[in-house]
Amino acid sequence: MENSITRTSSITRKRKLKKPVETIMNVIFLICGLAAVVSVILISLYMVFSGAPAIAKIGPLKFLAGQIWNPEVNDFGILPLILSSVTATGLAILIAVPAALCAAIFLTHIAKKRVATVLLFLVELLAGIPSVVYGLLGAILIVPLVFKAQTALGMPMSGSLLSASIVLVIMILPTIISVSVASINTVPKQYNDVSLALGSSKMQSIMRAIIPAAKSGIVSGIVLGVGRAIGETMAVMMVAGNAPIMPELLKPARLLTVGISMEWAYSSGLHRDALYGIGLVLFVFIMIINILLSSILKKGNNTGNK
Amino acid sequence: MTKIITENLHLHYGENHALRGIDLNIHANKITALIGPSGCGKSTFLKTLNRMNDSVPNIKITGKVLLDGEDIYDSTVDVTKLRKKAGMVFQSPNPFPMSIYDNVAYGLRIHGIKKRVLIDEIVERSLQGAAIWDEVKDRLRTPALALSGGQQQRLCIARTLAVSPEAILMDEPTSALDPISTMKIEELMSELAKKYTVVIVTHNMQQAARISDYTAFFLLGEMIEYDKTNNIFAAPKDQRTENYITGRFG
Amino acid sequence: MHAGATCKKGCEELNSITGKRKRPTDIVLYSIIGLFTVAVFAMTAYFAGYILIKGLRGISFAFLTTASNPIIGTIGILPAILNTAYIILLTLVFAVPVGVGGAVYINEYAKSRKLIRVIEFTTETLSGIPSIIFGVFGYVFFCTFLNLKVSLLSGAFTLTIMVLPTIIRTSQEALKSVPLSYREGAAGLGASKWYMIRTILLPNASSGIITAIVLSVGRIVGESAALLLVAGGSAMYLPKGSFFEQIKSSGSTLAVELYRYAYSRGENEVGFAIAALLLIIVIGLNLIVKLIGKRLNRGAK
Repeated sequence: MENSITRTSSITRKRKLKKPVETIMNVIFLICGLAAVVSVILISLYMVFSGAPAIAKIGPLKFLAGQIWNPEVNDFGILPLILSSVTATGLAILIAVPAALCAAIFLTHIAKKRVATVLLFLVELLAGIPSVVYGLLGAILIVPLVFKAQTALGMPMSGSLLSASIVLVIMILPTIISVSVASINTVPKQYNDVSLALGSSKMQSIMRAIIPAAKSGIVSGIVLGVGRAIGETMAVMMVAGNAPIMPELLKPARLLTVGISMEWAYSSGLHRDALYGIGLVLFVFIMIINILLSSILKKGNNTGNK
Repeated sequence: MTKIITENLHLHYGENHALRGIDLNIHANKITALIGPSGCGKSTFLKTLNRMNDSVPNIKITGKVLLDGEDIYDSTVDVTKLRKKAGMVFQSPNPFPMSIYDNVAYGLRIHGIKKRVLIDEIVERSLQGAAIWDEVKDRLRTPALALSGGQQQRLCIARTLAVSPEAILMDEPTSALDPISTMKIEELMSELAKKYTVVIVTHNMQQAARISDYTAFFLLGEMIEYDKTNNIFAAPKDQRTENYITGRFG
Repeated sequence: MHAGATCKKGCEELNSITGKRKRPTDIVLYSIIGLFTVAVFAMTAYFAGYILIKGLRGISFAFLTTASNPIIGTIGILPAILNTAYIILLTLVFAVPVGVGGAVYINEYAKSRKLIRVIEFTTETLSGIPSIIFGVFGYVFFCTFLNLKVSLLSGAFTLTIMVLPTIIRTSQEALKSVPLSYREGAAGLGASKWYMIRTILLPNASSGIITAIVLSVGRIVGESAALLLVAGGSAMYLPKGSFFEQIKSSGSTLAVELYRYAYSRGENEVGFAIAALLLIIVIGLNLIVKLIGKRLNRGAK
């Protein structure tokens, strides 16, 4: 095929006739380019088509607002799951965001460069650790701590919403830290200089000039963290106790994701359909977060350019 | 009256001896221009006057810089107070990504001023002082980054004025601007000199000749010649100064 | 006087610059930042140390090179290691060409900005979808609709979609960093586009593509939720039969085994041993990425 270049020595012919290899490659690359688009469309369609009928069969209100999940008697209410997911995620974000922001400020503006490099490597490592490993750590290190609180309050010892939230905090920290570090690093150095030149202390220039300028990046990091937290399955399943009851901090809780994975293996019929329904609800949550994220990023870009 | 005095000022960046014994008396309420080819140390010198070099790694500064008779490198000096007193305007216009109003109010809030009425008043006065009030008074809440380059630079000057400096250090403030904006800023500088001590670094000799009262010529980290601007441009004493201002090098 | 208004109170010493004073809020902020940072990193170090110390004890040659034998009561994870290797191999075989091809398309072929934006948005979306959703989708589509059953193959297909965003994005970065002049040079010599991509672009972007592969391996090794649904099973026995028979049967990877041992069967020792193994793999992969990055930087200089 290589000598096809020499064959088309006339420029006029070359312009009119594209060589077949070129056309074929063009099409192949187009197909590759569309792979992501096709995947997202397929996933969306399948989630809707497998989830919606189940929800319709059970009744949307009964499904979404029902408080009892008992497959044996065909009770498929997932309100406890939704609220547990929302509570665990909210709690995790509440703790993780300040911690991550502090770490990001430390890494970008306080730590020596060499220290920062090592710590950033650690953050990347933290992000790469599989969720089952976090689940195991949570089960061995965090759950027993919560046991103590439960015994002190005269409650039965079990996995809990609190344990799940703490594990989620650890898991979303690296995401928020690394996104925040990246966006703080893109803030022009001038802002810091100007602020200092106006007589601010270093901390004032960080808090009033640099962080506000990195705001949209930081917010996108937080939204990304929400997405990760709400979608986390295995780690949560290993520490949360997984009873489908309304969320209470020290009681077991079943999150949406766990709602699917727990009973997957032994579900069939309407029960399996109900799990597809949970999948659809989760998918809708995630899509909302995705759209939110891309609109934040777009807005950030616009203000950054002009 | 002298505002700033430097005595035997040396500055090293690691191996690089960037300033070599600068002695200079900067006069109050005058415009002093620092000229010289790039890399001659003029910008570095300007930054030593309000210690903007402090955070540069491996930097060593010896000698004295006196502002109103106080050594600014003394250990008792509060750098934030120093920088409030000797403000700086940078080469490229660099407003914060905030509203026009918030840009000017930034320094006030930094210094703990919270009263709205007072902030309003100073913002207005500073924008007037920087000759941009009429252009922006109806859109103080709009983003500063939407202004033109020249307007942004005058906004930056207003931002500096807001914290009531006594000296204003300008680092090539017009090099990123078009001729008309440059002219406006030059007019503004003459106006500012009535109230403030102005030190300006410029690579543009015509600008130095047009606006400054005194001129210092820097070369390779040394100050070669310092005199009234008229004298420097009409009858330079040093051959190297003459070579530079007649365009034979640089 | 102009200066008077802003400092009616604090300026009795008439603008002296001496008299250092730390702002109390600054001190508080520094302390908070320091405290949180120490907490975050102390915890990280503690966790990593804990896993390694508890887990390395459980790793032995026999543990890594045999299958479990319930009769004599030994535990070995060789089947899980093999399953993991199969899934990595298959996923990369599917995902790398498609992902790199997609990146080439966005960077070199696509002319419509709208199409590029759609591709980038969907890539972004894909990377935000949690693995359990991929699991459900993979089960419905690959296992049921394409009738591949719960198998390593279904797992690899599902993972292909999951790692696609990583490969596309990382390769795209690499392609972007190839100087325009190379392309122009090739075009100037009359090289066709595909020839230019093959001989100039891809070789010059190879480190970036390798980085993409390494990152994907990390993702595959760590994946559990999706695989539990689509590849499932267990890893009790060594895979049997031909390669194709093996990939058509179900089997769990290391991460899924960790879950099964630690959660379903309460054998934490085994869980920690696998966790340590996974952690070492992750550290290794991270180091490789760092090394490639360093080499790239040196090359650029």
